[in-house]
Amino acid sequence: MIAAEIRPTTDALLKTQAPKKPANMGQILRWMLLFLGGIAMVMPIAYMVSTSLKWPHEVYNLKLIPDEPHIENYTYVLEDGRFYWWFVNSMIIAVITTVCNVIFDSLVGYTLCKFRFPGRYIVFIAILSTLMIPTEMLVIPWYLMSQQFGWLDTYWGIMFPGLMTAFGTFLMKQFFETVPDDFIEAARIDGLNELQIWWTVAMPLVKPALAALAIFVFLGNWTAFIWPLIVTNSVEMYTLPVGLSSFGDEADVAWELIMTGAAISTIPTLIVFLIFQRYIIQGVVMAGLKG
Amino acid sequence: MADLAIRNLVKQYDKTEVLHGISLDVEDGEFVVFVGPSGCGKSTTLRLIAGLEDATGGEIAIGGRVVNNLEPKDRDIAMVFQNYAIYPHMTVRKNIGFGLRTAKMSKADKDARIDEVAGILGMTDLLARKPSQLSGGQRQRVAIGRAMVRDPAVFLFDEPLSNLDAQLRTQMRLEIKKLHQRVGNTIIFVTHDQVEAMTMADRIVIMKDGHIQQVGTPAEVYHRPANTFVARFIGAPSMNMLSGMVENGELRMASGATLDLGAGLPEGREITIGVRPEDLHPGDGPALVRGPVTVREPLGHETLIYVGAEGQEVIAKADGRTPPQVGEEVTLTAAVDTLHIFDAATGDALR
Repeated sequence: MIAAEIRPTTDALLKTQAPKKPANMGQILRWMLLFLGGIAMVMPIAYMVSTSLKWPHEVYNLKLIPDEPHIENYTYVLEDGRFYWWFVNSMIIAVITTVCNVIFDSLVGYTLCKFRFPGRYIVFIAILSTLMIPTEMLVIPWYLMSQQFGWLDTYWGIMFPGLMTAFGTFLMKQFFETVPDDFIEAARIDGLNELQIWWTVAMPLVKPALAALAIFVFLGNWTAFIWPLIVTNSVEMYTLPVGLSSFGDEADVAWELIMTGAAISTIPTLIVFLIFQRYIIQGVVMAGLKG
Repeated sequence: MADLAIRNLVKQYDKTEVLHGISLDVEDGEFVVFVGPSGCGKSTTLRLIAGLEDATGGEIAIGGRVVNNLEPKDRDIAMVFQNYAIYPHMTVRKNIGFGLRTAKMSKADKDARIDEVAGILGMTDLLARKPSQLSGGQRQRVAIGRAMVRDPAVFLFDEPLSNLDAQLRTQMRLEIKKLHQRVGNTIIFVTHDQVEAMTMADRIVIMKDGHIQQVGTPAEVYHRPANTFVARFIGAPSMNMLSGMVENGELRMASGATLDLGAGLPEGREITIGVRPEDLHPGDGPALVRGPVTVREPLGHETLIYVGAEGQEVIAKADGRTPPQVGEEVTLTAAVDTLHIFDAATGDALR
């Protein structure tokens, strides 16, 4: 009788173990895809660093390891006074734009999420619909506006189109949905005004979203090219990507110097990511738990 | 501390009216529990008192002052929410002290007040912790502490125990009751659990579909329910409802038995007789119900028996040692003075 009882259990175990092989194949396939994806991500960075260590005549040689690696390019770029200007310009623009986005996007997102007022839905749809307008289409109106306001070749001119974004507003609105209304109402009963509630109760609860938004906005502005190129005239007002593209002359592009500048310019983005990544991971974990 | 008066309170969402002109007086220091099924309007009433929603009509007065047009913060109330609403990014001290942020007090006074409240709730050792490091019961205490710290005229509790397990719920029930005895503030407590209502309330307000069905002490609503809804809602297991007809001054049951309930019942009227399971038992008296036992639920000292009769299952209590067997035909009887008589058409109590 005991054997009879054990047998079905063993059979059941065998059955559950049987499909293990195809699962392993699937796993191998997944790892391979991830590996290929990883290579695709890392290769441009590897070539950027590699090119920055090459002499001009080696640039079009696609070897990953330079024949004669050297750091002359770094010395040249760092000794070029313009690089510091561009770096500072980019930093000022990226930081101010990031701070503004974090504040304004979350303020609008919070309002659209937690307040009931007539036309709320229409306002939200109107904001979202701006995501469908390509930047290229907006560049001319922005330029004309900058010209009329006297913002050409100024920080304000570079920054104003990105101080608030529809994407950021949407992102923050969705995250504020996860803040229970009870929290807001409890604070309201405790005597806080709406701005205080937003700042002291709601904002700390959406830190992962704020971190993600900060990274997106910082990276977007740090690497922005077309608009800063159009709105700036003087070399001193260039941002880093615009400035780097000007390395070289009309006959030849100095790729080794551009890559050197690009390699240096990735450092702040790495720092930003390292500062905020724990919030992003926390956000992913929270989203995973809820799902 | 203050009394609370509600006059013809109406609430509409768009064109749907969810509160149909309710009125209630709550005395200073009274513990009043609103109870009813989901959607009965009890939480809406609480939110209107708190000022979290605007009343469509009627008046709410706290301490003699009409508060309809006042912001929640100006109504001198504090509320404990179902999900506690304690902030995960703040320590227990900051959470409890949150209600004092806007108070015009020195920091030392605020700290002293927080310590005092923490002492009352037995949370002095937990002040530095974050909510994630607390158990469900401790979180509930923090929520109560945050309400207490402001010493409001009226405490509002919105189903605060429904997220706790059964054992903790019983414990917190006791603690809230003790707290009320100690601080003496007026409390409005909303729950869907009739046991909570019965055990905690000075008076119970039973609601259904946006109307108050009955207001009374736990004993009143249990022993003298105003209608069949209250009779069924209060008490577990629910009161049995049997049908009968008044003929020649006597009550004729569907089982064929006749009961002499004395004068005063309308002749020829269909009647619903309510009898609580604890009053109904197998015996030799007038047969209110006759039928086979379908299920037995032994509870040790007694056994609940389900008897199939009149197209329904009637619940009765039998002796725990020698209960009837399943399938056995039994006759259930009850003392006449334990019967509740309702009008079958309106459901209202006749006596």
